[in-house]
Amino acid sequence: MKKRAVFFRALLVSGFAVGMAGADENAQLVIEGETLVTKAAAPAHLQDNLDEIYSGWVFRSNETQALQLDDFDNPAFVFIDAAMDQYQQVEGSADKSCQSCHEDVEEFKGLRTQMPRIVDGKVQTMEDQINKCRTEQMGAEAWKYTGSDMTAMSALIGFQSRGMAMNIKIDGEAKPFWEKGKEIYYTRHGQLDMACSNCHEDNYGNNIRADHLSQGQLNGFPTYRLKNAKLNAVHSRLFGCIRDVRAEPYKVGSDELKALELYVSSRANGLSVETPSVRN
Amino acid sequence: MNRPVLALFCLLVGTSAGGAGTIKPADVQFSDGAVAASLTGAAGNVQEGRKVFISRKLGNCLACHANEDMAKQQFHGEVGPSLDGVADRWDEAQLRGILINSKETFEGTIMPAFYVDGGFPRTKEKFKGKTILSAQQLEDVLAYLVTLKEQ
Ligand code: HEC
Ligand code: HEC
Ligand code: HEC
Repeated sequence: MKKRAVFFRALLVSGFAVGMAGADENAQLVIEGETLVTKAAAPAHLQDNLDEIYSGWVFRSNETQALQLDDFDNPAFVFIDAAMDQYQQVEGSADKSCQSCHEDVEEFKGLRTQMPRIVDGKVQTMEDQINKCRTEQMGAEAWKYTGSDMTAMSALIGFQSRGMAMNIKIDGEAKPFWEKGKEIYYTRHGQLDMACSNCHEDNYGNNIRADHLSQGQLNGFPTYRLKNAKLNAVHSRLFGCIRDVRAEPYKVGSDELKALELYVSSRANGLSVETPSVRN
Repeated sequence: MNRPVLALFCLLVGTSAGGAGTIKPADVQFSDGAVAASLTGAAGNVQEGRKVFISRKLGNCLACHANEDMAKQQFHGEVGPSLDGVADRWDEAQLRGILINSKETFEGTIMPAFYVDGGFPRTKEKFKGKTILSAQQLEDVLAYLVTLKEQ
C-alpha cells in the first residue's frame, strides 16, 4: 500500500509539470483487458441537443488518462481498499457489518448503472441507500452525505459495475424528478448567469482558461481528483459547478441536487460506468 | 481593518456602483447594443484595464478569449473569439455595450454581463445587487480594448 502511495505521488508531480499536454481524442480506455465505452450515440432524450456523448476521460490530458488505465496506478484504489475494510467492520446496535447481510460485495454488480432511482416515491441515490442500511439495518449512525467514509463506500459499490452501460430510468415514477433536474440543468443562474448547458453542452471540447471542458458526465463518480487528492462525490462536484458561477448552490443531499443528479446521470446512458475515475 | 485588506474584500465581493456622476446599471442607455456615454464621465486607464482583463476575480477575460497581446499569460480560453484586433471590428461605444451587457449584442451568449446588478436567479448573497466590475473598472478595460488594433 505504501509503495503505491509514493509511486502515485511521483506521477502526480509529473502530471502537473506536464500540465495541459493535449489529449489524444481517439485514445481508448482499456482497463485490465476490458475496453470501456467512452463515446456513444446520445440517448434518445438528448438527441435534439447532442449527437454523441463522451466520458470526461476523453477530455483529460494523456497523463491523467494514463492513471485510469491500470488499477495499480489509479490512486482511487487506496480509498476503495479502505472501504473494503470498512465493509467488514461491525458497527451499530445490531452488531452487524455490511458483510453480515451482503456476503460478497460483488452482489452489487449492475446497481451503479441504475443509480439514482426512485424508491418509495423519492429519488434514492447510492448515498441514500448506504445510509438507509446503516441506520435501519445496522443501528449505526448515518454517514455525512459527502464524507470520506460515504464516498469511499459508494466508490466500492460503484466499482462492481465498472464497464457496464449506464442505464438510468427516466420514465414512470422517475419522470417528474427527471423533468425537475432537466429544468435546473438548462436554467441560467448566479451573477455570471450561466446554465450547466452553456459550458457542458455548448462548449465541451473548448478550453475555459486552463480547463478543457467536458460534457460534465457522471459515469465516473465518485471520481479521484488530482486537484484535491481524494475521492469526490457527485454532490460535491455539482455544488462546485453552481458556486463557480456565483450562484447559491443547493445543499448537498437536497432534493434539488438529487433531481439534478438523476437528470445528469441519464445524459450518460450508454457510456460505461468508470467508477473510480481519475480527473484533474 | 487596514487598507489592503479592505481593498481585497471589495475585490472579492464584487462592486456596487458608486461615486458621484457615475451612471448606475439601471440607467445605462443602449442603442443597438452600443453605449455612447462613459460610465464615469471620463476615459479609463489602459494599464489598470489590462490588470482587470487578466484578473480571475474581475474580468477573467482570458478564461474565454485568446489575446496575442498577453502571450506571456498562461492559458487562454477558446470559448469566445480571439480579441486580437477587436477595436478594428467594433467602435468604442459598441465595445462598451458588449462589456456592460453582451446579451444586447449577442443574444443568448455565455459571456457574462459585467455591469448589470440584478435579475439573475439564485445569485449568491454576497454578489446580490452587485455588478462584476465597477464603472471605473469597466471603463479601464474598455480603454485597454480600444488599443487592440491590427490595422
Ligand atoms: C441487517 C442486514 C443489512 C446490513 C447490515 C446491511 N444491509 Fe444493505 N440491504 C439490506 C436489505 C434488507 C436491503 C434491501 C432493502 C433496503 O434497501 O433496505 C439492502 C440493500 C442494499 C443495497 C441495494 C442493493 C440493490 O441491489 O438494490 C445496497 C447497495 C446495500 N444494501 C449496501 C449496504 C452497505 C454498504 C452496508 C454497510 C454499510 C449494508 N448494506 C448493510 C440489509 C442489510
Ligand atoms: C462556467 C462553466 C461551467 C458551468 C456553467 C458548469 N460547469 Fe461543470 N465543470 C466545469 C469545468 C471547468 C469542469 C472540469 C472540466 C470538465 O470536466 O469539464 C466541470 C466538471 C463537471 C463535472 C465532472 C465531469 C467529470 O468527468 O468528472 C460534472 C459532472 C459537471 N461539471 C456538471 C455540471 C453541472 C450539472 C452544471 C450545472 C449545475 C455545471 N457542471 C455547470 C465548468 C462548468
Ligand atoms: C464565459 C466566457 C466569456 C467571458 C468570461 C468573456 N467573454 Fe467576451 N465573448 C464570449 C463569447 C462566447 C463571445 C462571442 C459572442 C457570442 O456569439 O456569444 C464574446 C464576445 C466578445 C467580444 C466581441 C468580439 C468580436 O470579435 O466580435 C468582445 C469585445 C468581448 N467578448 C470582450 C470580453 C472582455 C473584455 C471580457 C472580460 C471583461 C470578456 N469578453 C469575457 C465569451 C466570454
